[in-house]
Amino acid sequence: MPHAVEVAGLRKAYGSTVALDGVDLTVAAGSVLGLLGPNGAGKTTLVRILTTLLSPDAGQARILGLDVAGDAERLRPRLGLAGQHASVDELLTARENLRMVGRLYHLPRRTAARRADELIERFDLGDAADRPVKGFSGGMRRRLDLAASLVNEPPVLFLDEPTTGLDPRSRLGLWEIIERLVEDGTTLLLTTQYLEEADRLADRIVVIDHGQVIAEGTGDALKERVGGQVVDVRVADLAEVEHARSVLSSLAHETPTSEGALLSLPTDDGVGTLVRAAQKLEAAEIAVTDLAVRRPSLDEVFLTLTARDDQDAAP
Amino acid sequence: MTASGVTSGTGPSPDADPPQGGVPRDAPSEAGPRAITADQPAWTRLRWAASDAAVVTGRNLRHFVRQPQLLLFSTVQPVMFVLLFAFVFDGAIDVPTDDYLQYLLPGIFVQSVAFRAAQTAVGLAEDLDRGVIDRFRTLPMARSAVLAGRTFADLARNVFIVLLMAGVGLALGFRFETNPWLAVAAILMVSLFGYALSWVFAYVGLRTKGAEAAQSAGFVVMFPLVFASSVFVPVESMPGWLATFASWSPITHAADAARALSIGSGPALPPTLLSLTSIAVVLAVFVPLSVRAYRRAR
Repeated sequence: MPHAVEVAGLRKAYGSTVALDGVDLTVAAGSVLGLLGPNGAGKTTLVRILTTLLSPDAGQARILGLDVAGDAERLRPRLGLAGQHASVDELLTARENLRMVGRLYHLPRRTAARRADELIERFDLGDAADRPVKGFSGGMRRRLDLAASLVNEPPVLFLDEPTTGLDPRSRLGLWEIIERLVEDGTTLLLTTQYLEEADRLADRIVVIDHGQVIAEGTGDALKERVGGQVVDVRVADLAEVEHARSVLSSLAHETPTSEGALLSLPTDDGVGTLVRAAQKLEAAEIAVTDLAVRRPSLDEVFLTLTARDDQDAAP
Repeated sequence: MTASGVTSGTGPSPDADPPQGGVPRDAPSEAGPRAITADQPAWTRLRWAASDAAVVTGRNLRHFVRQPQLLLFSTVQPVMFVLLFAFVFDGAIDVPTDDYLQYLLPGIFVQSVAFRAAQTAVGLAEDLDRGVIDRFRTLPMARSAVLAGRTFADLARNVFIVLLMAGVGLALGFRFETNPWLAVAAILMVSLFGYALSWVFAYVGLRTKGAEAAQSAGFVVMFPLVFASSVFVPVESMPGWLATFASWSPITHAADAARALSIGSGPALPPTLLSLTSIAVVLAVFVPLSVRAYRRAR
């Protein structure tokens, strides 16, 4: 499968702050790449370079075979960008916004109007189509944002944190829309801070931190890479969490993390650890309401990967 | 610039021939999205640049209508100045004309466009803050369209404001004393002066962070400059150093020209030429500065 997006050795610094420090990645045509990273990891900088908003200091980025710096003019009609930084006009109505974007893609007036109507219907904005965007809810605004990035039917679409700040129902609605787009063959690069989002939407995930790619693969492969399993222990009495932690700390290769009354022990031998944990807890007379083995969540994978990176960078 | 580290799916591919995924070299179809590219004939590029500027101008004009409060205050403020100065200073200020209103009103034309010019900065700063400019930049539109559309819309608003001031003046007893052609010339000249100031504030708006900063920067600069000019009082009545400063101010040039054209306070040609020259100088400095600032803005 040919690559729709090819990035090699991309660097960008703002003054002395390095935003991208040699990023390489590819996105296969028709696939979804999830770009995952904490705030300030360089996700937005990368998207801005790929959408011709920013020029890189070094390295190469090609989309559909076109260089993002050298062939920007030719590339722009084939790209779409939606998300936190490419916004619609607050004072115009949804319909006016879409028509304006169509006109700026140099669609004939009637084609732009027809395209706007189609998108309004498809994104379920009919009731609000002739109201100024200012009064839209967050979810409606994101849908309009996405619609505006699809006016030109781009083969390659960039979504920069498309659901940040949305309530769960709107997020789900947007995910469904995005999944339908992908079914139609759009190549998608999506940045997110939400692992659940990357896990659900992306074929492959690239984890980026401090401007560098620190891991990549499918969601499952990343979980595999961190390795092992997790034993969850839920103590009955919240006051006993610290006691349980000290009792269990010899069983895990890292200090057990806790959230409320739930302790999580990363381990290579899930069942063995579960049995030993049960024995130790019983000996210490700590009451437990739940005890289970599971694979690590992507959140834990992410925290482990980024923490590892910090340790590497520190000395 | 060809690939170094990146290999494309179909092997060596000159820039002019994008491979992969069956993407056609130019527009997918007549009705599809089209870019403005350097290899198009100049007239095609020009036509699209004009169309883009018109679309952005239309969008900005809609903004004026959609913000009734802003529209109200931006018209009330100059009306207030006419009334205040006409009634408070009538008789207190020694002017070459019999009636202070006759002297004042052409100056008020200039004052009203000068005070509104900061709105150009505010509009651009808001568009930058809200990501609208980023959206525009991802589109295959002419790079010139955002600034052209902004300043054209502001020019239209200037014409509206000057006409409104003329209407208020006529209601209060102001009379054009030259002829209708020169009166129209006076209104055009003041609007053109406002257009030049829009480019100054386009630069301010692109270089300041945030709309409020742009707004206050505009006020701090324009307020003293308008008072240190012939807008409200003759330059000759000022202390020497200030008179010297005021006589070099483009605002004085514009006010003198507006006065000569509308009430025949003197021969019209010399002040008009002087004002057109200062407008040309302001544009020659700030159009390139603003265009460069726009290219670099975030």
